[in-house]
Amino acid sequence: MNLKIKISISSDILTKPIMAEAILETGVMLNISQAHFDRSHGEVVADVESGKFDVMCKALTNKGAVVTKLDVPIRWDENECVECSACVSVCPTKVFSLAEDFSLDVDDTKCIQCGTCVDMCPHNALSLGNNK
Amino acid sequence: MVKKTIHEINSKIRDGSVNVVTAEEMVHIVGELGAEEAAKEVDVVTTGTFGAMCSSGVWLNFGHSEPPIKMQKVFLNDVEAYTGVAAVDAFIGATQISETLGMDYGGAHVIEDLIRGKSVHLHAMSHGTDCYPRKVLDTTLSLDDMNQAIMMNPRNAYQKYNAATNSTRSTIHTYMGSLLPSFGNVTYSGAGVLSPLSNDPDYMTIGTGTRIFLGGAEGYIVGQGTQHSSGGGFGTLMVQGDLKKMSTDYIRAANFTGYGTSLYVGMGVPIPILNEQIAQATAVSDAGVTTKILDYGIPSRDRPAIRDVTYEELRSGFVDINGKEVPTSSLSSFKKSRIIANELKDWIARGEFFVSMPVERLPKDVSAKPMKQTEGIAIVSDIMAVSVVTINKDASVYDAAKIIQDTSFNHLPVLNDDKTLAGIITAWDIAKAVSLNKFDMVADIMTRKVITANADEQVAVVARRLDLNEVSAMPVINKDKHVIGMITSDDISKLYARRS
Ligand code: SF4
Ligand code: SF4
Repeated sequence: MNLKIKISISSDILTKPIMAEAILETGVMLNISQAHFDRSHGEVVADVESGKFDVMCKALTNKGAVVTKLDVPIRWDENECVECSACVSVCPTKVFSLAEDFSLDVDDTKCIQCGTCVDMCPHNALSLGNNK
Repeated sequence: MVKKTIHEINSKIRDGSVNVVTAEEMVHIVGELGAEEAAKEVDVVTTGTFGAMCSSGVWLNFGHSEPPIKMQKVFLNDVEAYTGVAAVDAFIGATQISETLGMDYGGAHVIEDLIRGKSVHLHAMSHGTDCYPRKVLDTTLSLDDMNQAIMMNPRNAYQKYNAATNSTRSTIHTYMGSLLPSFGNVTYSGAGVLSPLSNDPDYMTIGTGTRIFLGGAEGYIVGQGTQHSSGGGFGTLMVQGDLKKMSTDYIRAANFTGYGTSLYVGMGVPIPILNEQIAQATAVSDAGVTTKILDYGIPSRDRPAIRDVTYEELRSGFVDINGKEVPTSSLSSFKKSRIIANELKDWIARGEFFVSMPVERLPKDVSAKPMKQTEGIAIVSDIMAVSVVTINKDASVYDAAKIIQDTSFNHLPVLNDDKTLAGIITAWDIAKAVSLNKFDMVADIMTRKVITANADEQVAVVARRLDLNEVSAMPVINKDKHVIGMITSDDISKLYARRS
């Protein structure tokens, strides 16, 4: 089982290779799915093996990063959804698909929380879980 | 030859012996039996569609206040409704946006809230007259408090709709949803096999007075919709129905990021099968409805067509564009369209809904004209400055400062040795460089990602690009990336100032 985490890095440690250090130190792999950096801070979304989360979290936290578990990937409000399927074509990881009967299937385990579908949905039926 | 009358079909509905099927089921029936037998067997075919129909709204009559007011301006939950009629009537349009919440809340949301039984805040203003002395009014009203709430949609149920894609290098936000860069996706709308007008493209049974399913209630076709363009297969309908009887299962507010609000409307049209021609027409399938994929990256009325496509291909989830499999998304709900066609079928089968013949047919073979523009369209080459001072990327920051000082140009395009555009440098970049004690080459401090224009683009399009990118000038380049002019926000303001 993999766990999705968000690593927030503040400006004072932005230039330090803390991710690389944490990986070397713990021997735990991180699969990075998204990274955003600007002048003031950095944000990385990555997968880590759930059993190894604690050790990785500790290593990163010690170096000054803030680690959040992203355990609610994409929130889908079935009451708002009209099953138009607008979200299907924009998702990079194919979280959405239409079933035989044209119902919307949502496989949120594939979600990398990029937020593209949130903008696309005309009925505000999608929102990012704990990424925002 | 099969020949049935509306009267016969309605008697069958009354005595419960009517045979009604959906347009999807009819494809197979005609396929198996042929049109003639199918026409004998089937009495009514139901269609359905559920998608964004921007051209929608509701006429509201609020009743008179004490003392009375002649409403000159009306706001419902801060969304302006049109009041240029009588004293206490207003038309709330789906795409009007809130004065305070902007694109997050619009007329469509007011309509949905009303159907949900919520109260809306009414604010009205007037100049006051002898007969209507009141000048301001604030109250809270629900649907029950209004005399009439008549949904009246000037242009709905497009026969078919162009599909959209985007050739440019950035994501664009349109009423066709988010379109990813470099043909990243295709969006489309319309119910294909279930689309009302595609099942009766010659308007044999659909016209003024046809009784339909609208928003979960009975409604009527008023006549042709605005921009009805039947010649090219883009017919539209004007419809009306009683909002008080509608349901949020079939009327839903929507927001398109970067575009605004719209209303999803559920509509179903029954087609009485009077003869085999009509039976044949209702046998249309997704494969038989063709539309075009247009490039919405080109912000022009005449968007280039990328290719023809059928609804069958669109519905498959992928279409081929230049050898690439591009994922497709529907903006309208086929599942809901089906539910509507089935619901209408049930109403008819249960004897609760009777079919009607139009009192007037919709016009055939007409086409919608583009707008006549008397003002001549300004293009970039009309107003750009052609004498442009440039600088080489290897020049020093000092040289750049001197040129800006001498010429009083605020923006210098920076060129590569082959004279192609490499970047742009402004007085501000120089000031910054000086403050950081950086006196190196222009190439080190210039902006590399230059926002540019082409000479044959329309000024209105370029003005929006300036705005979006928050820059005040753009080099105009030719196809070899040579700078042939400059266009500034000043030039544009002067153009519009001259016109007004
Ligand atoms: S875009 Fe929104 S409303 Fe449409 S299917 Fe996806 S979640 Fe549902
Ligand atoms: S947030 Fe991104 S990855 Fe997740 S479902 Fe939406 S589009 Fe797909």
